[in-house]
Amino acid sequence: MLAKCLRCVTLFAKSGCLLVALFAGHAAFAEGPQSTPSIFAPASTPATSIYELSLFVLSITGAIFVTVAGLLAYVIFRYRQQGPDDTSEPAQIYGSTQVELAWTVIPVLIVVVLFLTTARMIFAIQDAPKPKAAVDVTVVGHQYWWEFNYPKLGIHAVNELHVPLSNPQTPTPTYLTLLSADVIHSFWVPQLSGKQDLLPNKVNDLWVDPQHPGVYVGQCAQFCGVQHAKMLLRVYVDTPEQFAAWVKNQQQPAVSDDSVAAGRHVFETQACMNCHTITGTVATGRFGPDLTHLMSRDTLASGATTNTPDHLREWIRNPDTYKPGSLMPAMQLNDQQLDQLTAYLSTLR
Amino acid sequence: MADSTYPIPGSLEAPPRRWSQAAVLEWLNSWVITVDHKKLGILYMLYAIFFLLVGGAEAIVLRIQLIQPNLHIISPQVFNRLFTMHGTTMVFLVGMTYIFGFANYLIPLMIGARDMAFPRLNAFSFWMTFFGGLLLYYSFLGGGLYGAGNAPDTMWWAYAPLTERAFSPGHGPDYWALSLIVTGFGTIGASVNVIATAFCMRCKGMTLMRLPLLVWLNVVTSGLALITITPLTAAQVMLLIDRYLGGHFFDTQAGGSALIWAHFFWIFGHPEVYVLVLPTFAIASEVIPVFSRKAIFGYPAMVAASVAIAFVSLGVWAHHMFTIGMTSVGNAFFVLSTMLVGIPTSIKIFNWLATMWGGKLRFATPMLFCTAFVVQFLMAGLTGIMLSIAPWDWQLHNSYFVIAHFHYILVGAIVFNIFAGIYYWYPKVTGRMLSEKLGKWHFWLFLLGFHLTFTVMHIPGLLGMPRSIYTYEANRGWGTLNLIISIGGFIQGIAVLVFAVNLIWSYFKGEHAGNDPWDAWTLEWSTPSPPPAYNFATDPVATSRRPLWDLKHPDDPDWKYE
Repeated sequence: MLAKCLRCVTLFAKSGCLLVALFAGHAAFAEGPQSTPSIFAPASTPATSIYELSLFVLSITGAIFVTVAGLLAYVIFRYRQQGPDDTSEPAQIYGSTQVELAWTVIPVLIVVVLFLTTARMIFAIQDAPKPKAAVDVTVVGHQYWWEFNYPKLGIHAVNELHVPLSNPQTPTPTYLTLLSADVIHSFWVPQLSGKQDLLPNKVNDLWVDPQHPGVYVGQCAQFCGVQHAKMLLRVYVDTPEQFAAWVKNQQQPAVSDDSVAAGRHVFETQACMNCHTITGTVATGRFGPDLTHLMSRDTLASGATTNTPDHLREWIRNPDTYKPGSLMPAMQLNDQQLDQLTAYLSTLR
Repeated sequence: MADSTYPIPGSLEAPPRRWSQAAVLEWLNSWVITVDHKKLGILYMLYAIFFLLVGGAEAIVLRIQLIQPNLHIISPQVFNRLFTMHGTTMVFLVGMTYIFGFANYLIPLMIGARDMAFPRLNAFSFWMTFFGGLLLYYSFLGGGLYGAGNAPDTMWWAYAPLTERAFSPGHGPDYWALSLIVTGFGTIGASVNVIATAFCMRCKGMTLMRLPLLVWLNVVTSGLALITITPLTAAQVMLLIDRYLGGHFFDTQAGGSALIWAHFFWIFGHPEVYVLVLPTFAIASEVIPVFSRKAIFGYPAMVAASVAIAFVSLGVWAHHMFTIGMTSVGNAFFVLSTMLVGIPTSIKIFNWLATMWGGKLRFATPMLFCTAFVVQFLMAGLTGIMLSIAPWDWQLHNSYFVIAHFHYILVGAIVFNIFAGIYYWYPKVTGRMLSEKLGKWHFWLFLLGFHLTFTVMHIPGLLGMPRSIYTYEANRGWGTLNLIISIGGFIQGIAVLVFAVNLIWSYFKGEHAGNDPWDAWTLEWSTPSPPPAYNFATDPVATSRRPLWDLKHPDDPDWKYE
C-alpha cells in the first residue's frame, strides 16, 4: 500500500515537473516579456516593509507547520495498526492538565510576538508623516477606469498614473487621496504598496515612494461590476526630468489641428461630448475619461488594449470587442465618421 | 457487538416493502410529510450533496474559463453570475444544510432521545431551506438580462452600493436577498431545535459533561447561527427597502453608507465561517478517537475551546475590512482579536494529535479523510495568521491567496470532514457499508486534486492576481499556475463522481453493516442499522462519555475516570 502510494507520488511529481516545464516554456514563448506584479519584488517603502514582515511571519508559521505536521507524520507511522490481527485496545488516556497548559501557553506567546511586530508596522505605514515635497494625487475610481487629478499641478490624467522617483535622501513620495464616483473599488499595485479601497462618501489615503524607475502594473482589487477584470492600472515611475516633461505636456491645452477638423466636428456633434472632456472644445463631460492628452497614454480602455490607431478605431466602433459590458456605448458611426474621428483623436498628444 | 442492555424489540422494525405504484407514491408522500428526525436528516444531506454537485459544476465552468489568459469561453456577465452563485450556493445551500443533516440524524440518537424537541419545527425549517434554495436557482430562469436570467452577480458578500438599483437594475440582488432571508428562517428554526434538543431531551445519565463532542459542537454552532443570521437578515431587509421603498441606508448617491453594509455583512460573515467549520470539528472529534481506539484527549479542553472560538469569532469581523480605511488603532485591535482565535484552534489540533498519539490507528476511509483534514486545517490556520497581519493583508486581501486560504477551510477542512462523516455514518443510515475500494479511490483522487488546486492557488495571489476576475492579462505570469489549478479542479470533479457512484452502488450492493461496524462507543451504534422509528424502545442510560465502551469493557469502564 505504502510502496504503491510512493510510486504514485513519484510518478505524479515527474509528470508534474514535465507539465510545468512544458507550459512555462510555452507561456514564455507566447506571452513575450513578463511583468509579474509580485509582492516579493517590492520597489517602494510600504511594499518593502510588508515584504520584510512577511518573511518574518513566514519563518514562524513555517516552523510551526514543520513541527506539527512532523509530529503528525510520526504519529501516523509509529502508531498505525500492526496488521488486522492486532485487535487489542491501546491504553486509554483521557488528558493531562500540564500538557494542555503547555500547549496553551506556547501559542499565547507566539501571538504576543506577532501582534507587537504587526502593530508597530501598522502605525509606521499608516501614520507616516507627510513630507513637504510630497506630490498630491486625488484618485477617483469609476466603473472600470481610473481618474488621477493632481490638484497642485492642475492635471487630469487617466488610467496611467505618473509619479516621480523618490530618492531616500530627499524623499518625494506621492500621497494618494482615494475617492469613488460610484461603487467600491480598490487601488492595488503590489510592488508599490498594499491595496486600499475607494469608497463613495469616504476619503481614504495611501502613499508610495518608488525607488526604481519603470512601469508597475496592478488592477482594481474589489469586485465592482461586469468589467472589474479589465479595470487595470499602470504606474509610471519617472525620473525627475521625465516627470517634469510629462507634467509640462499634460498642462498644455489640447492640440488643435485644422487638418482633422472633420473628426473634431464628429466628436462635438455626437454624444461623445456628453461624457468626455477635451480642453478647448465644447466637450466638457465628466462621466468618461478626459481625452485632452489621449495619445500620451500607452493603453486604451483602462489597459484593455494598446493604444494604436487601429485599436482606437475598433474601440470606438464597438467597445465590446475589447471590454464587453463597459459603459461606453457603440455610437453606430459609419466608416467615414470613424476614420475622421480616429484621425482627430490621434492628434491629441 | 451484542449488548443486552439496549434491547430493541423486533416489533418496531419495518415490514419488508412490496413495490407497487401506490406503494411508491405512499413512500414519496411519507418523505414530504415526515417529521421524523432521521428522515429530515437524510433530506438535509441529500439536499446538501445535490447542491454540492451544482456548486461544483459551476466551479468547473469557472476553472475552464480561467485555464489560460484572455479566454472568452463565457462572457464576463455569465462568469460574474456563476462565481456569485458558486459562493452563495456553497455557503448557504451546502454549508448551512449539511450541519443540520448530521445534527438532525445524530443528536437524538447520541443523547438517547426518540426525536428532536420540536419535530414539526424541524420539518418546517427544512422546507424553508428547501424553497429558499429553489428560489435562488429560479433566478437563472426568471427574467432575461444579458441572456442569463437574473441570477445575482454581485459576489456572495453583495457589497453596497453595487447592489443598489443604480448599479444593479435587474433582479439579481432581490433574488439573492429574498432567498437567503427564507433559508435564514430555516436556519433559525433548526438552530433553536438543536439547542432545545440537546438541553432538554437527554436520556438518564447523559449529563452535559458526558455529551458526545458532536452534540456539544452543534450546540455551540447553533447558538452562533442564532446570533449571526439576524444582522444578515436585517441588512437584507434594509437593502430591499432601499431598492423598492426609497430608503437610503446604503444608497451612497443619496448620502447612504457603503461602509455600514460591509460591517453588517461581516458581523454575520465571519462568525458564519465558524458556524460552518465547528460541525466538522464535531465529526473529526467522533471519528478520530474511534479509529485511534482511544478516548478523546482533553474532553473539557475541547468543549472550552469550542465555546471560546465562538465567543472570539464575534469580535473579529473587521479583519475582512483591513483595506477599507480604518484607523491604525482599529486595525491593530482586529489584528489582535483575530490572532486570538489561533489559540483555541491550536488547542484543538493538539488534542486531536494527542488522541492519535499512542493509539492503534486504523486507516479506513473515514480516518483517511480526518487525517488529511488535520494537516489541511493546520495549514489553513497558518495562512489565517498570515492574513491577520494587517499590513500583509493589505497585499493579500482579495487576492487568490485569500481564495486558497478559505478553500483550505471550506474544502480542506469542511468537505473532507463531510466525506469522513458520510463514510462513517452511512452504514448506520442505510444498513450497508460504503465500498472501501471506491472510498480509497475517492480519497486519493480528491486529495491530489485538492492540493493541485488550492495549494498552488496561493502562488498567483502572491504574484498579484486579484479574485473575481473573468480573465487576466497574458504577460502577468499567471497562466501556467492557473492551468495547474484548473487540472486539479477537474480531478476533484472526477473524485466526487466516484463518491456519487459509491453512494448509489453501495446502497444496493454494499456489504451489510450490522449494528456497530466500526466498534464504536456512542449510543447510536447500539441501535439497528438503520435505526427504527423513534430509535429506542426503552430509554437508554448513559454511564459515561462512552456508554458502549463501558459495556464492551466492564473490567475497565470510563466512568471510573470521570
